[in-house]
Amino acid sequence: MSLTNLLTYVGLVAVFPGFVFTAVVGLLSSWFDRKLSARLQWRVGPPWYQSFADVAKLLGKETVVPAGSAKLVFLGAPFVGFAAVVVVSTILWMASIRPDGAFVGDLIVVLYLLYVPSLAIIIGGSASRNPFAALGASREMKLMLAYEVGFLISAFTLVVKNGGIVSLGGMVAYQQASGPMLSQGISCIIAFIVALIYVPAKLAVGPFDIPEAECELISGPFTEYSGVPLAAFKLTKAMLMCVLPVFLITVFATTAWSPWAILWYVLILVFVVLIKNTNPRLRIDQALRFFWGPVLVLSIVGIVLASLGL
Amino acid sequence: MEENERKLSKLSRWGLKKSPWAFHLNTGSCNNCDIEILDVLTPKYDAERFGIVLVGSPRHADVLLVTGIVTMQTYPRLLHVYEQTAKPCLVVAIGACACSGGIFDGSYHMVGPLDKIIPVDVYIPGCPPRPEAIIDGVVKGLAKL
Repeated sequence: MSLTNLLTYVGLVAVFPGFVFTAVVGLLSSWFDRKLSARLQWRVGPPWYQSFADVAKLLGKETVVPAGSAKLVFLGAPFVGFAAVVVVSTILWMASIRPDGAFVGDLIVVLYLLYVPSLAIIIGGSASRNPFAALGASREMKLMLAYEVGFLISAFTLVVKNGGIVSLGGMVAYQQASGPMLSQGISCIIAFIVALIYVPAKLAVGPFDIPEAECELISGPFTEYSGVPLAAFKLTKAMLMCVLPVFLITVFATTAWSPWAILWYVLILVFVVLIKNTNPRLRIDQALRFFWGPVLVLSIVGIVLASLGL
Repeated sequence: MEENERKLSKLSRWGLKKSPWAFHLNTGSCNNCDIEILDVLTPKYDAERFGIVLVGSPRHADVLLVTGIVTMQTYPRLLHVYEQTAKPCLVVAIGACACSGGIFDGSYHMVGPLDKIIPVDVYIPGCPPRPEAIIDGVVKGLAKL
């Protein structure tokens, strides 16, 4: 690999469309979330740079490592999750920008990498030697077990539907050739609904903020975090807020590069915020029953319909 | 305590002024000041306009809002919470009790007032102080940073 090649790759991951770009879009999205929530509650809400100020401040604060915690794991976990989000965002954007690129990763890599931030939260929370964090981590684990099954099935509904294409570039090219997946039948619409329900659960907002439940668990797995590691977690969450809608748009609703994608992005965000502001928090057993009951049945119906060609 | 004079980069200093996360600590107050603090967070006053968010963990806090006279029961807890707070942080004494002991001054169960125990940056007197006074005090405190 020549030096210019290497520099290109570093630039792709670190600046555009990887870290810097996704972080900016993600922080703006999380501001959008807070502002819209504020407006829904008849408040004014924070200014647009609020999320940037939060991260800038946390980067300068003291980092406290609680006595008796597993120091390396405690400090390392946030950055593992953060790195995974940076990679997954690069892969996703590259798949949309250059579907025929040399390596653009496939669906399975993306699904795999999307696990990592949740795992990082679980590991970091467990390492911090705090009962609230331990409870939060255990809830996060159960929530993950709940939402992943239906989501995986709905993702593979698309693979069944498009005739076995798993590479993201291939999926984008397929949709550009024969219309977005959403327009290709009832099974894809069902899969999209399941994936939409997955978004707030993955972000742990809305009725699914069970691991962080601030009135019961202080702030769950993040209770002991301060300073730079907390900033890494906040940034990871903000970037996920950008990555998940982009993932949904990429696999479900790619049209030829157009403003439609931006409209979709805003619509998905608005959906998440509305659900968050209109639904009280579920208990963990209710969430488990919801995801393993109706959502799982819906996703199985979707994949059966897809294999019937609908 | 010397951690509080920690050097902050310009960017972080700006961030600290724009997003002061508050932790609310009751050290034996009658709950009146605490209700006024909650008033500040309601839609009428909407402290999130200035980035002020109530956090549950002192590790996340930049501003400690302390009410009450510091009783013997709460004294060790106050020290714990102050040590747990990531520095630099701003300590705000809210209400007559936290500022001076108020009508409880000289009581047998009183360890405070607050500034005898931890360094206090802002005093907001009143029994209880109005929400406007609390916002004003926090803003003045942030200007000191």
